[in-house]
Amino acid sequence: MLIRIQPAPFELAALLDGFGAGAGAIVTFSGIVRDDTGQMVALELEHYPGMTEKSVTAIAEQAQARWNLTDLAVIHRYGRLSVGEAIMCVATAARHRAEAFEAAEYLMDYLKSRAPFWKREIGPDGPGDWVEAKAADEDALNRWD
Amino acid sequence: MKLDVLYFAWIRERIGEPREEIETGAETVRDLVSQLVARGERYEAALSEVKSYRVAVDQELVDFDHRLDHAREVAFFPPMTGG
Repeated sequence: MLIRIQPAPFELAALLDGFGAGAGAIVTFSGIVRDDTGQMVALELEHYPGMTEKSVTAIAEQAQARWNLTDLAVIHRYGRLSVGEAIMCVATAARHRAEAFEAAEYLMDYLKSRAPFWKREIGPDGPGDWVEAKAADEDALNRWD
Repeated sequence: MKLDVLYFAWIRERIGEPREEIETGAETVRDLVSQLVARGERYEAALSEVKSYRVAVDQELVDFDHRLDHAREVAFFPPMTGG
């Protein structure tokens, strides 16, 4: 299991080198900074050092307990990230694809609403609004009860 | 008791500090919130609407009735937007 919380960019290909030995299926998800309004140049991600590492590790351990994974990785960045840059990725490895897909979705649902990160939009004139959490993201957790 | 109180995102901006040490006799998170809100405008703007934010005690998410008996660190922050 690999968990990294870092400001620096990461290489997905490097992460996958040797990842999930013996797996029959590897699923990866990457989150990319997108510009919905045409007015955004970057995202600023604030986080809670200490709690971030603890909560992401706890979420990953829950996924491992729930599915039969041969490997799991989460990289999540913070700081200022330009439009088009990767914010984060998860990778899951399992014998069969259903487990790998489900575990990846579970990780994403929990990282969105339970890992202490806060996004703010940066426009051409500087910092703009904080991104508001969506009720749908909170509701998405219920399907795992 | 002395608590490290941390603020993040728009709560940090409204209060104007990322963290401070607070001397308190608060028994629960709710008591601590009342004590902070009574400090004045900045705190009221940040913390009076309890439905709009979350709280963690010693880096674990808790509800507002959580007891502060052995707490060292309390953090207030908006609903998370990770991923």
